[in-house]
Amino acid sequence: MTTILGLPANVVYFTAGIYALLALATAVVLFMRWRNPGERYAELMARTDSWWWMIGAFTLAILLNQTVAVVFLALIAYLALKEYLSLVPTRRIDREVLLFAYLAIPIQFYWAAIDWYNMFIVFVPVWMYLFFPALMALRGQTQGFLRAVGTLSWGLMMTVYTLSHMAWLLVSGNRVSPVAGGVGFLFFLVVLTQFNDVAQYCWGKPLGRHKVTPNVSPKKTWEGLIGGIATTTLVAGLVGPYLTPMDWRWSALAGAILGVSGFLGDITMSAMKRDLGVKDTGGLIPGHGGILDRVDSLTYAAPVFVHFIRYFYFP
Amino acid sequence: MSKNPFTRLLRFLFFAVVVRAVILIALGLTVRHRERLPKDGPAVLAGNHNSNLDALAIMSLMPLRLLPKLRPVAAMDYFFTSSIRGWFSTNIIGIIPVKRGSGKEGGNPLLLAEQALERGEILVLFPEGTRGEPETFKQFKKGIGHLAHALPKVPVLPIFMYGLGKALPKGSALLVPFNVTVSVGEPLYGTKSYNEFVDELEASMNKLAAQEKLPVWE
Repeated sequence: MTTILGLPANVVYFTAGIYALLALATAVVLFMRWRNPGERYAELMARTDSWWWMIGAFTLAILLNQTVAVVFLALIAYLALKEYLSLVPTRRIDREVLLFAYLAIPIQFYWAAIDWYNMFIVFVPVWMYLFFPALMALRGQTQGFLRAVGTLSWGLMMTVYTLSHMAWLLVSGNRVSPVAGGVGFLFFLVVLTQFNDVAQYCWGKPLGRHKVTPNVSPKKTWEGLIGGIATTTLVAGLVGPYLTPMDWRWSALAGAILGVSGFLGDITMSAMKRDLGVKDTGGLIPGHGGILDRVDSLTYAAPVFVHFIRYFYFP
Repeated sequence: MSKNPFTRLLRFLFFAVVVRAVILIALGLTVRHRERLPKDGPAVLAGNHNSNLDALAIMSLMPLRLLPKLRPVAAMDYFFTSSIRGWFSTNIIGIIPVKRGSGKEGGNPLLLAEQALERGEILVLFPEGTRGEPETFKQFKKGIGHLAHALPKVPVLPIFMYGLGKALPKGSALLVPFNVTVSVGEPLYGTKSYNEFVDELEASMNKLAAQEKLPVWE
């Protein structure tokens, strides 16, 4: 593969394309605010500002080198787990147990970094799943035990385990993608999943009439969902052949899968927020909410995409 | 607080690097109504007290430019148990010591605090007087009322915090990461009697707490 500064050339062009799109979006938002001054677009401005920060941090960390990239992805998982554990009810006795839950993050991402798939895939759902209930039992407080075990297990899976699939894809993708390496796969997954969120919003905002899940996420409409998935499928079909070993048909299929699984991740996290009675999971990202609000779609899209790729493209 | 430039640099570095890094990485603050914070001294920032990190968290809300004016008010008996601890509390944290219980002997325990406000400094203090049980309120002590009454032009801002008592509660030396919510209230002034002021401040703090959706911690 052709490289620029040690990076796959296609990934460099794609990154330039992302920044061009972001600059265009920023220009549109600025124009809208200029035509209609006042507080109306303050939220949209904050959101656009945050996109610059997020895309800046993501592209810089991922393109710098693989170790930095894995540490960066682990940091996202850490922030997500911290946000989750701060939102859910917890027991005083489990304070030290939660510290162990955080320690699971570097270990899980280490398995991804050394590309030890078998350990990577069982560490959280088998070993951590067995470890924490036993630890809590040994500490002796049975009141609220089931709730504590349930919330911790689900939280570790939804943050650490699912998001660590991004790191595994980055490292192991090099083995099977002569086109643009693991980094091409990761960009395809992350950029298209985030793009799908924005596309669903852009279709749903002007055209949305029919609600998909009125009780869970009342802003989600069929018009937004279908328009978003169609757009993502189209864009995936166009860029997939340059970032992954998939041809345009497989790329388009992968795009549709990302669209659907991203939507499912989004509403799953919304259901959790509704249950807890909060609107946002935190205040880390101005205009977006917390980190979980931003990576909610990736919690489903990352493992689904990894297993799709693994089944069809790994030897 | 020390006038020694080296000590002042250490204090600056401690707050600009160590405190900010811990708060950014290990905790993470969600701040509501940041615009209500005073732009300059004198002012009193009155927080609920759950953790040794409370004062540092409140101080991190203010710009570093105001750091030389920021002084937490703290009990002498707790912070002056050893000379290292005393040096650190005085020179790095920059505390104004209060002798607990000295009001009953006829002295004014908050004299140094009053003088600091007259110099235009910004005080961080905890009207509950003690950290107590994590994430529960204790009744406010009257000291804050006396202070506000003596200086009725100085704004007193209630600052409600949740999460630090989970991250580092009393009796623990182990920091467990948790997000922290900080909600800044409207400024209050001690124009009425000191008892009324304490009630007003307590009511304002309870209102800030009631606006937050807080998870169970038991």
